[in-house]
Order: sequence, then structure tokens, then C-alpha cells
Amino acid sequence: MDTVIKVQDLNFSFGSGELKNQVLKDVNLQIKKGEIVILTGPSGSGKTTLLTIIGALRAADAGSVQVLGQELVGVGEEIYNQTRLNIGYIFQNHNLLESLSALENVCMSLELREGYNEEKRKCLGTEILSAVGLGDRLHYKPAKLSGGQKQRVSIARALVANPKLILADEPTASLDKVNGQDAVNILQRLAREQGATILLVTHDYRILNMADRIIELEDGRIRKS
Amino acid sequence: MMLSRQFYFATHLAWRQLTHGRAKLAAATLGVMFACVLVFMQLGFMDSLNESSTIIAKRFQGELFLVHKQSQALSATVPFPRTELQRVLASPYVDSVVPVYIGEAQFKNPETKVNRTLMVWGSEPTETVLNLTNIEQFRAALTRWDTAVFDESSRPEFGDIAVLLKQGPVVTEINDRKMEVIGTVRIGTSFAADGNLITSDQNFFRIFPSRQPSQIDVGVIRVKANANIGQLQQDLRLLLSDNVHVFTDKEFIDYEYQYWQSSAPLGFIFGFGTIMGLVVGLVIVYQILFTDITNHLKEFATLKAMGYSNRYLLLVVFSSSLILAIIGFIPGFLISLGLYNLAESFTFIPMPMPLTKVINVFLMILTMCVFAGAIAMQKMRSANPADMF
Repeated sequence: MDTVIKVQDLNFSFGSGELKNQVLKDVNLQIKKGEIVILTGPSGSGKTTLLTIIGALRAADAGSVQVLGQELVGVGEEIYNQTRLNIGYIFQNHNLLESLSALENVCMSLELREGYNEEKRKCLGTEILSAVGLGDRLHYKPAKLSGGQKQRVSIARALVANPKLILADEPTASLDKVNGQDAVNILQRLAREQGATILLVTHDYRILNMADRIIELEDGRIRKS
Repeated sequence: MMLSRQFYFATHLAWRQLTHGRAKLAAATLGVMFACVLVFMQLGFMDSLNESSTIIAKRFQGELFLVHKQSQALSATVPFPRTELQRVLASPYVDSVVPVYIGEAQFKNPETKVNRTLMVWGSEPTETVLNLTNIEQFRAALTRWDTAVFDESSRPEFGDIAVLLKQGPVVTEINDRKMEVIGTVRIGTSFAADGNLITSDQNFFRIFPSRQPSQIDVGVIRVKANANIGQLQQDLRLLLSDNVHVFTDKEFIDYEYQYWQSSAPLGFIFGFGTIMGLVVGLVIVYQILFTDITNHLKEFATLKAMGYSNRYLLLVVFSSSLILAIIGFIPGFLISLGLYNLAESFTFIPMPMPLTKVINVFLMILTMCVFAGAIAMQKMRSANPADMF
């Protein structure tokens, strides 16, 4: 299977009746395995909405959205949960659980999956945290980590289960230039190693160079470039 | 994911979340503990008062009992003719009968000289009517004129008779008649009586000159070993006047219990207190859980985005409420145990802590916490991962 994401004739609106606001208009999109694609565009162009639909976090009702071979339009919550298991998410804010250490936060990704015992989870968690340069911070709680370190933990959390697809939303927005570049480089390196596909929404022109392809969204439509 | 596995992880996460904020955990524990103590005390007082209402009825030794149908309780008896009791002896299955006389008398505190009402129980001193330890030793002395045995668990307002007895003979006035207290037994106080006094039938008539030996309050019937008590009860009902009840010992105790149940709405009063305690606990636990979910809504939404089901997150809230129930119940139970002992020493009314009560209260606290969790879960449903971006 070479095509990881296949979006056809997707339309999406918020609200209904007079207040109906069409956010996505006839969106067609294909992303192949291993591609790193940046989705950019002005505020309100619908890029985050598109990302949440692809990520099985929001239900679309018209058109077709196939992610990892699974059709997402017109299916139930159960399918969404299963699809989410194969996707790694990185948010603008790290959203780590304050009560858990860096390692435990990362292991939360694995607890959902069968076939990992406690030891294996810890081992994989340690490995990925070392890969993001936090091998010496395994047992630190988020409150004891810097912003850049927290974002790196959340990258580790997204990647530890070897997802085939990684979705990121403004991952560098709350980081300074050095930390932002750092985080993106780590993300790029690990994704390449695992053969994962990345779809990344950003405003940050400094990281555009990491992409294989840039898609611009404007007013709900993909701008032909 | 299997439910047991899911439950294990959810409980683990709930525990970590709860113990992360010490102050929050302490507040929640105190809330549950408070509710727990309140419920235990309310039920304790209710049970002990219910129990105390039959404390004397339970001590009556006999297989069948006669009381006037107009009698409401042992403290509110209507006398009936002694001849009714003697007719019972016609049955070949009856071994012996004992008439019992009951009255309320003014007992003068030998030290302060203040009068206070107590119950007086009179019967032939050769017979043991009330099952009491060491009552036998006073039998001979009770045959003397103007002697009585005092219940040392009576209210302290009657004077510390047991201590005074060690210093010498105790002589006081009962219904303005000079009498000697020759010893003490331990019966226990109840609603009906602040204190108890046991005396012989002859001394009873000296305390109550207006009472006639021919009019008795309770007739105690002892049956022979070969008697069928149920059959005998039927026979006696036919034989005796319609004015008297023929009770088995269980019915006799029940009759007393029912009177106090209907005359004192304890169930309502203490039930109300119990519910208030649970409501306060519910609100505290709900507040804690709700605030916790609200503060961590983003994290929970993130977990949903990672593929955690709504059910898993509801399990986290459910586990949190279970944990709070358990860690609040343990100190609450221990404190209640101490308070029970304290209350016993003040009221002289026994406050037992049977296992069934412990289990019942725990189930109430558990229900309270789970219910609080169930309301707080509504908030968890609003954690929408689509809003995370």
C-alpha cells in the first residue's frame, strides 16, 4: 500500500442553516508512504480542520477520506479509536500528564496495545527518550522539564508505538528557534528511520525546509502551485 | 483491550492523578472520612437506642409471657388479675409461673437528696426473673424488709451507689419510704428508664402501697422440657381471658421493640442525618473529581486522540472514586470506632460495631463516591480531542 492518505471531494461545514460556514471545499489530496508533507496557509483556511478529519478526531459526512486504507466517512466511534491507534499525534502544547514521569507518559502510548509487557514498554520508552536526547531525564515529571524537553517527550510519545502516520499541529509554536529546529530535526530523523509519513500543519516558515512537499490551503481550498 | 487489563491501567492512572496533588487528596480524604464518621455515628446512635429499648425484655427468663392487651410496653403496663396466671398451672406442660410487678418510683440520691424516677421490678426473691450475673447472691437479703438491688448502669444522677456501698450501708428513700440498697447489678438504661431497681414482691408493695398482689404486670411461665411451646401457646390462648396476650420470648421482645419504633421515629431522625452526611460527602467528592477533570481536560482529550476510548477514561474517574472511598473509609472507620467507645462511656448505652454495620456503611460510602464519580463523568465526555488542535 503506497498511499497513506487519500482525500476525495471532501466538504466540511460548521453549524447549520443561516450560520452554516463551509470550511473545506472540494478538497482532494493524496500522500504517499514515507512522505513528509507540510500543510500551510493563513489562519482560518481550514488546515487544522482538515488535519483533525484525517486524524479521525472529527467526523466528516461528505466525500471520502481514506487513512491507512480505512474509510473514515460514515463510520462509527469504534473505527475512529482503532484508526487513532495507528497515528501519532503531536500537539502545539505538549499535553503531558503532570502526574506521570517522562517515561510513564511515553509508555501510555503502549499500554493501549496488546503484546507489550511492563518490561518491554519501559525498554521501548527508554529507547525512544534516549533517541530524543532525554535518556537522562526518564523519571522527571513534566514540571521539571523545559518547554523544549516537554515537546521532545511528546514527540517520543507519538513515535514510540511505531505509527505509520504522524500528524503534528504547530509543533514549534511554543518553542524558540533553536528548540523548534531541534524538535523538528528529531521528528524528521525518527520518521525517516521508521518509514513513517508526516503531515504537519505550521505557520513557521523556518521549518518549511524539512518538507518533501508543501500544500497550501486558502479559504478551504487547496491552492494549486 | 480486555476490561480487566483496562481496569488495571485506569486504576493505576487514577492513583497517580490523585496522589499527584497532595492537598487535593487530603481534602477529598477528609470529605469522605467526614461523611463516613457522620454515617457511623447516626447509625450507631439509632442501633444503640433501638437495642436499648429491649434491653430488659431480653433479660426475662421464661418460655411464655402473659401481659395485658392494653399494656403498651414494660414501662407502660396495665395490670391484670393474678388468677389468669394461676389458671396456666392447669396445663400439665407448665412447670412454674412467676408474677412480676413493675412500677415507677422516686429514688432519692443519697448524697444530693434529689429525687429522680426509676423503674422498680418486683418478684418473689426465690425466683430469678431477670437474667443478671450475681443476682443470686442477693436472694436471701432481698427477703428482708425494705431492701433493694440497684442497677449500677443507671444514670449518674442517682448517685454513685456502687462506690457508696464500698464505704458502708446505703440507706435512702424510695417513694419517701426508707430503704436499704444492698448491692448492685448491671442491667443497662434505655429510653424508658433512667435507672432500675430490683426488689422482692413484698418490698414492692411497701414502695407502692396502692398496688395489690392480686394485680400483676407480667406473668412469666416456665414450661416442662417435654412441652411443645407453640401448641401450649395456642392452648393457653383458648384457656385464658381475651384480655391477655400470650407471647413467646421472641414475641415478648418484639412487642417492646415495636412500641419504641412507633413511639419514637428514630429511623426517620437518624436516617435523615445519615442521608445528610452522604450528601455532604457526595458534594465534596464530586467537587474534587470535577475540578480534577476540568484541570486536566486537555490531557484527557490527548489520551482520547491517542486512541484511548471514552470507556477507559470513565474507568479512570470510576477508579478515582473507588480509591477515595477506600482511603477515606479506613480512617473514618477507625475514628468512628473510637467515638463509639467514647459515646458508650457517656451514655451507658452499648454501641456495638458488628461486621454487617461496617460492610453496610462501606457500601454506602462506596455508592456515594461512585455516584459522585458518575456525575463528574459527564464532564469527561466533553473532552473532545478535535478541540486539541
